[in-house]
Amino acid sequence: MSQRDRSPNGGDPLAPVARPDDSVLLAARGIRKSFGDNEVLSSIDLEVRRGEVVVLIGPSGSGKTTVLRSLNGLETPDAGTIDFAGGPALDFARPISKAQRFALRDRSAMVFQQHNLFPHMTVIENVIEGPVRVQRVPKARAIAEASALLDRVGLAEKRDAYPFELSGGQQQRVGIVRALALKPDLLLFDEPTSSLDPELVGEVLSVIKELADEGWTMVVVTHELSFARQAADEVLFMDGGVVVERGAPEQIFTKPKHERTRRFLDRILRPLD
Amino acid sequence: MSSDWELLFLSFGPLVWGAVSGTVLLSLASFAIGLVLALGVALLRLSKNRLLSGIARFYISVIRGTPLLVQLFVIFYGMPSIGLVIDPWPSAIIAFSLNVGGYAAEVIRAAILSVPKGQWEAGYTIGMSHGTTLRRLILPQAARVSVPPLSNTFISLVKDSSLASLILVTELFRVAEEIASFSTKFMLVYLEAALIYWVICIVLAGGQGMLEKKLDRYVAT
Repeated sequence: MSQRDRSPNGGDPLAPVARPDDSVLLAARGIRKSFGDNEVLSSIDLEVRRGEVVVLIGPSGSGKTTVLRSLNGLETPDAGTIDFAGGPALDFARPISKAQRFALRDRSAMVFQQHNLFPHMTVIENVIEGPVRVQRVPKARAIAEASALLDRVGLAEKRDAYPFELSGGQQQRVGIVRALALKPDLLLFDEPTSSLDPELVGEVLSVIKELADEGWTMVVVTHELSFARQAADEVLFMDGGVVVERGAPEQIFTKPKHERTRRFLDRILRPLD
Repeated sequence: MSSDWELLFLSFGPLVWGAVSGTVLLSLASFAIGLVLALGVALLRLSKNRLLSGIARFYISVIRGTPLLVQLFVIFYGMPSIGLVIDPWPSAIIAFSLNVGGYAAEVIRAAILSVPKGQWEAGYTIGMSHGTTLRRLILPQAARVSVPPLSNTFISLVKDSSLASLILVTELFRVAEEIASFSTKFMLVYLEAALIYWVICIVLAGGQGMLEKKLDRYVAT
């Protein structure tokens, strides 16, 4: 496991490990995946540059989440390639080894819709579990770094609380900190606000927005179109297992080229019409 | 009547000694070994390898499908006929451990399955292996769920350990039988033995309550 230091931006704990420099961090090509007879991804191409925020939108069942899970090795595509700058380079035409899967996971960290915090561990224990158990960071250092991160998202006083004692928004912020603590090159967000009460969505989105502004590279699956519009560098609209349309948020949201994109946006933006 | 009180008084010491050096020791040893066995069997049963899970299934089926007394007799009285003579104590521990292993395996398997799939995934995404995820994340959560059913298994075991008297292990019930037949006060002595079993089980139930409370600290109540 690599030990990366958090140095740019004057030691701000929220700052990304690698400085955004516009080079390609991740290239996924021809990703295909079926569950039984059901083809959920037909042939997905995705390129993410360092410091870029890519947002995936689309109806339920369009395959957005499967794309995200494939990037983290939670799903194994049936075909296609995933290349990270600096490795690994995976070709799913052949079976993937355990070492390759670990190498893939080492590059990114995931924030789940249902936060998936470890209920039997306190907040700080949740955050240091990966660094200490997997990356072999000395415990004292892991705790110091975790505390700084918790402080930055306004949860310093919750460090010894159990997850059940937190609100949904606080839980999800801990979920984000747990991902950040791994110092990944890429952050993956799988509908991070979809299971939150509406009044708690803002506090989570503003943390994600802040990370985006700091220069983190991220792929976000979300239904929050206003977030996508403000934070995204590129928006991909997916439907039926394909990327129907991709482009800058302004273009997608104001001048969608495809009828399917337009219908989807209409349904979300004007549900009663 | 006074001789009844006298017998009660005189038999109390040997009965408690039988409980401590026999029943409790036998139960603790068998439960500890049985739990380790059960964890292994549960993991085999959950294995994707059909042969391994088939072996575990077969074991569980045999243990649950045959009487404990028969298992005990096969080991103690049956084995010598194929040249394997096992002393009473080891026989009892083997039989009871195998028995706990079968029943507790199903408890542990269900407890592991009760932990949400997202916990496995969260472990994987922070870079953990299957084994580390199991050990650090899944088993601690499964432990909480399995305390009540495993306590049942333990309490049953304490009472079932009286069967060991039938293969000459000196434990609470065997001591009671000896005193009863010697004194011919069957009712009195057996009730006294029953009371001691009951007290042991009350203590165990108390321990269960404490353990549950400790493990419940991280769930909303």
